Amino acid sequence: MTDEPGKGPDKTQLEQREGGTQDPSLDVVAAGGAQTREVIGERQGMFGAHDSGDTSGYGGLRRPVELPGASTPPYGGWMDDVAGAIATATRDQGIEAAVEKVIVHRGEITFFIRREHLLAVAKLLRDDEALRFELLSGVSGVHYPGDTGRELHAVYHLLSMTHNRRIRLEVTAPDGDPHIPSVCATYPTADWHERETFDFFGIIFDGHPALTRIEMPDDWPGHPQRKDYPLGGIPVEYKGGTIPPPDQRRSYN
Amino acid sequence: MTATSNDPYAATETETTQGRVFTVTGQDWDSVVSGIAEEHDDKVVVNMGPQHPSTHGVLRLILELEGETVTEARCGIGYLHTGIEKNMEYRSWVQGVTFCTRMDYLSPFYNEATYVLGVERLLDIEDQIPEKAQVMRVMLMELNRISSHLVAIATGGMEIGALTVMTIGFRERELVLDLFELITGLRMNHAFIRPGGVAQDMPAGALDEIRDFVALMKKRLPEYADLCNANPIFKARLVDVGHLDLAGCLALGLTGPVLRSTGYPWDLRKSQPYSGYEDYDFEVCTWDTPDAYGRFRIRLAEMWESLKIVEQCVERLAGLEGAPVMIGDKKIAWPSQLAIGSDGMGNSLDHIRHIMGESMEALIHHFKLVTEGFRVPAGQAYVPVESPRGELGAHVVSDGGTKPYRAHFRDPSFTNLQATSVMSEGGMIADVIVAIASIDPVMGGVDR
Repeated sequence: MTDEPGKGPDKTQLEQREGGTQDPSLDVVAAGGAQTREVIGERQGMFGAHDSGDTSGYGGLRRPVELPGASTPPYGGWMDDVAGAIATATRDQGIEAAVEKVIVHRGEITFFIRREHLLAVAKLLRDDEALRFELLSGVSGVHYPGDTGRELHAVYHLLSMTHNRRIRLEVTAPDGDPHIPSVCATYPTADWHERETFDFFGIIFDGHPALTRIEMPDDWPGHPQRKDYPLGGIPVEYKGGTIPPPDQRRSYN
Repeated sequence: MTATSNDPYAATETETTQGRVFTVTGQDWDSVVSGIAEEHDDKVVVNMGPQHPSTHGVLRLILELEGETVTEARCGIGYLHTGIEKNMEYRSWVQGVTFCTRMDYLSPFYNEATYVLGVERLLDIEDQIPEKAQVMRVMLMELNRISSHLVAIATGGMEIGALTVMTIGFRERELVLDLFELITGLRMNHAFIRPGGVAQDMPAGALDEIRDFVALMKKRLPEYADLCNANPIFKARLVDVGHLDLAGCLALGLTGPVLRSTGYPWDLRKSQPYSGYEDYDFEVCTWDTPDAYGRFRIRLAEMWESLKIVEQCVERLAGLEGAPVMIGDKKIAWPSQLAIGSDGMGNSLDHIRHIMGESMEALIHHFKLVTEGFRVPAGQAYVPVESPRGELGAHVVSDGGTKPYRAHFRDPSFTNLQATSVMSEGGMIADVIVAIASIDPVMGGVDR
């Protein structure tokens, strides 16, 4: 942890804010430009079962699994200020390519950051006057096996107490090369969160001081919250029958 | 072995590659001392917990000691990991509430609330939640804050030997749990806050019970202040212990009473209100010494503020009799199924009459919601709430299906526990206990 911890928010600014009740979701619901959709997979049938004869008539149903895609500015309200400040600061440092895309959905803004620039972006998010994201709420992993070439997502929730804003960073890595730089030096709180994400998803946070398992036993094989992690079935004492694992049972999908 | 070797519970010692290891079982300090005396080394690594009455749950502490001074403190966690987040991926969105309520078992309503608020944001129904459901959520959360803070103070007291604080703390907590049982049917693990509203309306007579409770608490809360606030032994154990300033809190991500004890009035109920908190009159409690004593005083003061909010909720609920507690959208609203009958809680006969005899559509909705559930539009949401321990947030991800694609909980106990080393290194071993109690970690939330 070579960096100075983030400076505390300015108390006078907090008091000056009108009653401190700015709801980040209020003024941006209708704002924001057009939004694309991003297809990451396909849902088949109605019940997830592929092998057994599906007599429901829904077997041929094909529906795309699509996530909200990139938004175009203006994003609305303070979000444009944040996006503008990030654009200016990254340009000053010569890393314009850091922000891959921006998604505004349900009043929350997500910046997709290219992993090679994550450390520089984290530092300027914390230290830039116009940004001041002092608190990293946490790191969470999501595994999208269908998002080819970028299956593993690490999601960072950041809070600026000075400006009372929340943003989300999302960094992706392919399954074959699950490396993302560790933000521990900038946000020491990321220590356990990154260990947890490593434990459950196998994302290797390069530069982490001690990236070991935290929730699972030290000698546990595999990373349980990945979607391809094998789930156990339940043996039943009836003619060798078993109850299949939850992801292979017939259920609505 | 020493002279106590015929004692089956005596300390045993084994030689390992990392030095001599003693297994201590109590009242065997002498054999440990005589054992290390030969090493001529004061440095001892003590493995405390996970089964230890003072570690505030199944928390394992690895303490490196020189004499009684702690030179390094590390936490070992994971002993209560139950895979709740993974389990939620294989249940419907509504069933998810039943799982997440069990995480931080001292503040179940907050777990439910943050998850449900996230789901409601993804469903885009945040402004369709009936007023009565909002008020009931706030009231239950504030009652829950009281019961949680009572346990924090009670167990914190017990761990330093103040047993009366423990007994009176649990005495009052029991009253809150009685109220929960009356309103939700369960004392813990309620699964009461559901996407779209709450599971049940207020039962008859509940408002009077809550009024009585508030009146009683106003007599009982001063007892805690009388017992502790100026008590020289209590202060000697708590003052200046577990010090952590504002910069430290933000760097390590600490929120809640620990952050507010630095004097910084950060409370999500005020700064980013949810569930209509902007309509209530209450203060954010802070203290000017960022130590265990300050955090104790903040918890005490916050219970008064919570009582204030509960009173305002009761007043509003009195004017909302018969108002809906679930969203009007029949594609989302979980059908009311339960009612109190002569033999306890069971299927609501009115509801069964309605779906079986009166409305085919109601039957279809009931069937589809219970078997398939509703689909939540793809996307992700994070709506944190101010739990008794700080920022509790659920990162809810949907791929457009009937089940959560991923639900991750940012639990304040997990994050705050990282401060153990900073708060206790350089201090006495007895102060480690106080420092951890002042963080008030709940291991069910830490490990999930």
